[in-house]
Amino acid sequence: MSQILVVVDGAVAKPTLELLTLARRLGDPVALVLGADGADAAGPLGEYGAVKVLTADDPAFSEYLVTPKVDAVQAAVESVQPAAVLFGSSLDGKEIAARLAVRLGSGLITDAVDVAAGDDGPLVTQSVFAGNWTVQSNITHGIPVITVKANAVAPEAAQATPEVEALSFEVAESSKGARIVTSEPKRASGRPELTEAAIVVSGGRGTSGDFSPVEELADVLGAAVGASRAAVDSGWYPHSYQVGQTGKTVSPQLYIAAGISGAIQHRAGMQTSKAIVAVNVDPEAPIFALADLGIVGDLKTVLPAVTEAVKQQKG
Amino acid sequence: MKIVTLVKYVPDATGDRGFAEDGTVDREATDGLLSELDEYAVEQALQIADDGEDVEVVALTLGPDDADDAIKRALQMGATSGVHINDEAVHGSDAPATSAILAAAIRKLEPDLVVAGMASTDGTMGVVPAMISERLGWPAATFGGTLSLDGNTATIRRDGDAASQTVEVTLPAIVSVTDQSGEARYPSMKGILAAKKKPVEEWELDDLDLDLEVGLENAWTAVASTNPKPAKEAGRQVVDEDGSGAAALTEFLINGKYL
Repeated sequence: MSQILVVVDGAVAKPTLELLTLARRLGDPVALVLGADGADAAGPLGEYGAVKVLTADDPAFSEYLVTPKVDAVQAAVESVQPAAVLFGSSLDGKEIAARLAVRLGSGLITDAVDVAAGDDGPLVTQSVFAGNWTVQSNITHGIPVITVKANAVAPEAAQATPEVEALSFEVAESSKGARIVTSEPKRASGRPELTEAAIVVSGGRGTSGDFSPVEELADVLGAAVGASRAAVDSGWYPHSYQVGQTGKTVSPQLYIAAGISGAIQHRAGMQTSKAIVAVNVDPEAPIFALADLGIVGDLKTVLPAVTEAVKQQKG
Repeated sequence: MKIVTLVKYVPDATGDRGFAEDGTVDREATDGLLSELDEYAVEQALQIADDGEDVEVVALTLGPDDADDAIKRALQMGATSGVHINDEAVHGSDAPATSAILAAAIRKLEPDLVVAGMASTDGTMGVVPAMISERLGWPAATFGGTLSLDGNTATIRRDGDAASQTVEVTLPAIVSVTDQSGEARYPSMKGILAAKKKPVEEWELDDLDLDLEVGLENAWTAVASTNPKPAKEAGRQVVDEDGSGAAALTEFLINGKYL
C-alpha cells in the first residue's frame, strides 16, 4: 500500500490525529515529527495508525522562520516517496507546504475540509467564498501537497506499532534567511486553541468591553474564546483571537456568537461552523440569518444564566 | 530604493461570488476591487516611502483588463507607478503558476523589497509570497503585524502559531503584512487627480523570462466540481423574557450533546 506523509510540527494535538485519520483513507500514514520530542510522539501517533515515525530536529528550526523545516520535509519526501503529503492548516503548516510544493513541482491545495481517495489521487474538498461554495479538486501534477483545516474529521483510533527512525537531512545555508530575533511563547489561557476547538464562544461589540460572561460560558463548555473585529479594534481582546476574514477562520461543531452583528467579514470566518447560536439585542442583526438558534436578548443576562444552568446540569 | 507592492483585483465579498463553467472564479458575476488585505501592503510601502527619500513604490498586479482598478487604487493612495501583467494565457493559473509569473516580473523590476498582503480575500490561501520567496531565493518574513526598515534590514513582528516573534530579513526580501499593520490611507482628491498622470506599464507573458507553463490547461490542480451551498435557513428565534433565552440555549446545548 502506498505511504502518506503526515507532517507534525511540534507536539501531537487533536488536528494531528485528524490528519492521521484522513491519511488512512489514502494509504499507510508515515508521520514526520519536526522538533525535539519526536520519539515521545510515537505512542500517540501509533494509536492513530502511524506505521512509521520519522523524527527531525535542528537548532535552525527555532533560529529561522519555517524554511529549515522545509529542508527536513523535502528529505522525508525523497526518502518515503509518499503518494501525498498532509499538513495542518496553521500559518507555518501552509507556508512549509507552499514552499515544498514549489520545490517538488507539485500542485497544492490548502484549507481542505475533507479528503477522500479518488480515481485520480486524493479528492479534496474546500469550502470557499465565506462557506457559500463547496469545491472538490484533484492534484494533477507531482506528489499532492494538501493542508487540512482542524475539525475536518473526527479522529478514529487504529492501533499500529510504528518503527521510529531519525531522519537524515541537512539545513541549507540558503534556508537561513529569515532570522527569529525574539520569540515569546503565547500565554497559555488553559482554553483550547481557537482554530482547533469543538466549541467557540465569541464576543463582539455587545460585550461593551467586558468579556467575562463570554469567558465564563466558554470555560464551563470547555470552549475557546473568539472575538469580532469590532471588539479587537476597540482593544477589548487580543488580535490573535479575532475570528473573520482578516483573522482566524474557525469551523467548530458549535459557534456561539454573543453581541456580534454578523458583518460579512465576521461571517467569512465562522460560516462553516456545524451549528450556530446567536445572542444579540438587535432582532435585525444579520447573524440571525445564519443561526440555528437565535436569541434576541442581552448577552449580559443570557450568558451568565446559561453558565449557571450548565454548571448545575453537570452537577 | 525600489519597493514592489503586490496588489490583486478580487470579486467584491459583499456581492454574489461564484464560479464560471471552467471552474475558475466568475469575474462577471460581481464587481471587483482591490483586495482589502492588499491595501495594508500598499500602506506599509507608502509609509516607508514617506520616511525616506528616493523611494519608488511600484504596484504590480496580474489579472485581466479590470485588474487595472487595483493598480489605480494603489496609485491614488500614493504609489509611484504600476505594472499590469495582462495576458489571456494567464487565465486559470493556480498558485504555483501565479507565483512563477510574479517572481519573473519581480526579477525584471529588481526591487529592494516586495510587500504583499497576508492573503487575497478571494482565494485566501496566503501562500503566494512564500512561493515567490522560494523561487527567487530571497528571504521572506510573513504575516507581519508591524513592518519597519532600517538600512538593509526589514523587521516584522508576527503572531505565529505558538509564539509572538520578531523576524529580521536582509534585503532584497519579501514581506507580507496583516490587517494589524495599520489602517490604510484613503485616497485624497489630490491623490486621485495625480494618479491619472502616473505611468502604468502593461506587460504580456512574452515580456517575462518565464520557466513554467501557466494557465488553466497547465494548472497543477483540477477542479472536479463546484457547488453552491443551499442558503441556510434561519432557525428558531426566541425573544428573551424572564430567562426564556437562557432556557432555550441550555436546552439546545443538552439536546445537541454539547455538554
